[in-house]
Amino acid sequence: MDLKDIQELIKFVAKSGATEVDLEIDNVKISIKSPPKKKRGEVDEITTIIQQTPAQVVAAPQAVVPPVTSNTDTLATSTNADSSTSDETDYITIKASMIGTFYRSLSPEDPPFVNVGDTIKEGETLCIIEAMKLFNEIESEVSGKIIKVLADDSTPIEFDQPLFLVDPS
Amino acid sequence: MFKKILIANRGEIALRIIRTCKEMGIKTVAVYSKADTDSLHVRFADEAVCIGPAASSESYLNIPNIIAAAEITNSDAIHPGYGFLAENSNFSKICNENHIKFIGASPKMIDGMGDKASAKETMKKAGVPTIPGSVGIIPSFKECQKIAAKIGYPIMLKATAGGGGKGMRLVWEEAVLEDAWNSARKESKAAFGNNGMYMEKFIEDPRHIEIQIIGDSKGQAAHLSERDCSIQRRHQKLAEETPSPFMTKKLRKEMGDAAIRAAESVKYEGVGTVEFLVDKHRDFYFMEMNTRIQVEHPITEEVIDYDLIKEQIKVAAGIEISGKNHEPKLHAIECRINAEDPENDFRPCPGLITNFHAPGGHGIRIDTHVYANYMIPPFYDSMIAKVITVAQTREEAIGKMERALDEFIVEGIKTTIPFHQKLMKNEDFRKGNYTTKFMETFEM
Repeated sequence: MDLKDIQELIKFVAKSGATEVDLEIDNVKISIKSPPKKKRGEVDEITTIIQQTPAQVVAAPQAVVPPVTSNTDTLATSTNADSSTSDETDYITIKASMIGTFYRSLSPEDPPFVNVGDTIKEGETLCIIEAMKLFNEIESEVSGKIIKVLADDSTPIEFDQPLFLVDPS
Repeated sequence: MFKKILIANRGEIALRIIRTCKEMGIKTVAVYSKADTDSLHVRFADEAVCIGPAASSESYLNIPNIIAAAEITNSDAIHPGYGFLAENSNFSKICNENHIKFIGASPKMIDGMGDKASAKETMKKAGVPTIPGSVGIIPSFKECQKIAAKIGYPIMLKATAGGGGKGMRLVWEEAVLEDAWNSARKESKAAFGNNGMYMEKFIEDPRHIEIQIIGDSKGQAAHLSERDCSIQRRHQKLAEETPSPFMTKKLRKEMGDAAIRAAESVKYEGVGTVEFLVDKHRDFYFMEMNTRIQVEHPITEEVIDYDLIKEQIKVAAGIEISGKNHEPKLHAIECRINAEDPENDFRPCPGLITNFHAPGGHGIRIDTHVYANYMIPPFYDSMIAKVITVAQTREEAIGKMERALDEFIVEGIKTTIPFHQKLMKNEDFRKGNYTTKFMETFEM
């Protein structure tokens, strides 16, 4: 693998949204870690560790790419995008109307308010957004089925950040 | 020193603050509305948090969202820039309550200077010259005569409930005072249902000259000389310069000392500006005090060679100032470039900038947040750039500004560059012969 290949690989990983990638191609081990949620405008902090064994790199390597490990929700988003049906355009994205820390349950001991596949009713509590020591229960404005959870538990979220994908039918 | 500062503002000032923070090794957090997603300050900051929709009230003025953004990013200080929440005493207080350092004045200071009547009283007590006037409502014509004689003509009779120029009379001599008194009261009664009158000395041909001050947590203050901001249209500054062409060494010392007295009497901390009206006799009167960094701060920076934002952050972190006053070593001029059409009554022209080339070279500084293919949102103020020139003489500074404005290309929208080009060629401006009345007779 030459430097250009490695640079292309890093770019590819960044674009895919994956958070952690471990690759072994010939005698080169590459480990790439990027922060879980990139906010727009945030400088990408991608940690790249490249270990190359002293053995000669073969000119035309047979690349064996093991499965990419990443945050399951993001992965789910990309696979769904690949197998998109016309239904997806009818889905509603519930976005954050305030800023704070996103929690999926009332406390670490409690189960999440909602899970993928759950049917929700308008007015039902979906999550908590905590700001300035106040825990705000966020109620749904729609009824339907939770298709996807788009934000990670205990992470900071900003205004208009997508939280849940809901099928309103 | 702070580890991370959240900049609660947008546009050129947000970028200005981010730049100094980077130099100081302080991490930066930009906040932005949905309309500012592609804004430069968002890209230059280390982190960015979207805080609301386009409307200022729901984003840049949204205190809970801004505090929450500071919280989730672990910012230890907030710089409010100018405008928006910079002089909002409630915001200053809430920052304190949330253990976030507000890089600006204390709530008490902001309120004290925000209330014009109490600010005037505070200045009087500190021995700062204020516009002579009556104290409260004038009880009778006899009193009116006495006060007018004491202040000295010309005087302005003003309706206490007044506005829109109604119930106001300019009186040049005692002989016509009684007529003015009666007609003003009649007009005021008819317009506002209240004929209470007060009086102020009429400042002839005033110049707006302000003094930059800085104070630290130990109660010490220093001044960084003046800025002449008399070129104003509807009370909006268009261009500023330092030193003022009307200034003398004696006047600078008197005004500087008065400004320091003002700052020290209220134990002012941070950077601030004391605004004065200066009449043709070079008598100066306190107008108001701004407890924030001002738009035109770059011209002071260029002539005394100091980074005012850096000083502001240092003072907020508790570092003491040297206490030394600074006089201008060079001459600087600033032209505010707005997205407005000067040929059509300065009508705002937001839109897409299709082509952008900023001037450069020796003695030219551009503070801007716009670039080619940038869409100017219609929700905020129309200023898109500040062109600052600095040179050894006023003549050279004007020459550099002419050259810079000729080089400045902004296409796709209308800007006030043509206005400034005319201004630089204007005979009165070139002679330094202008007051706040200048724009009333200026023709494009």
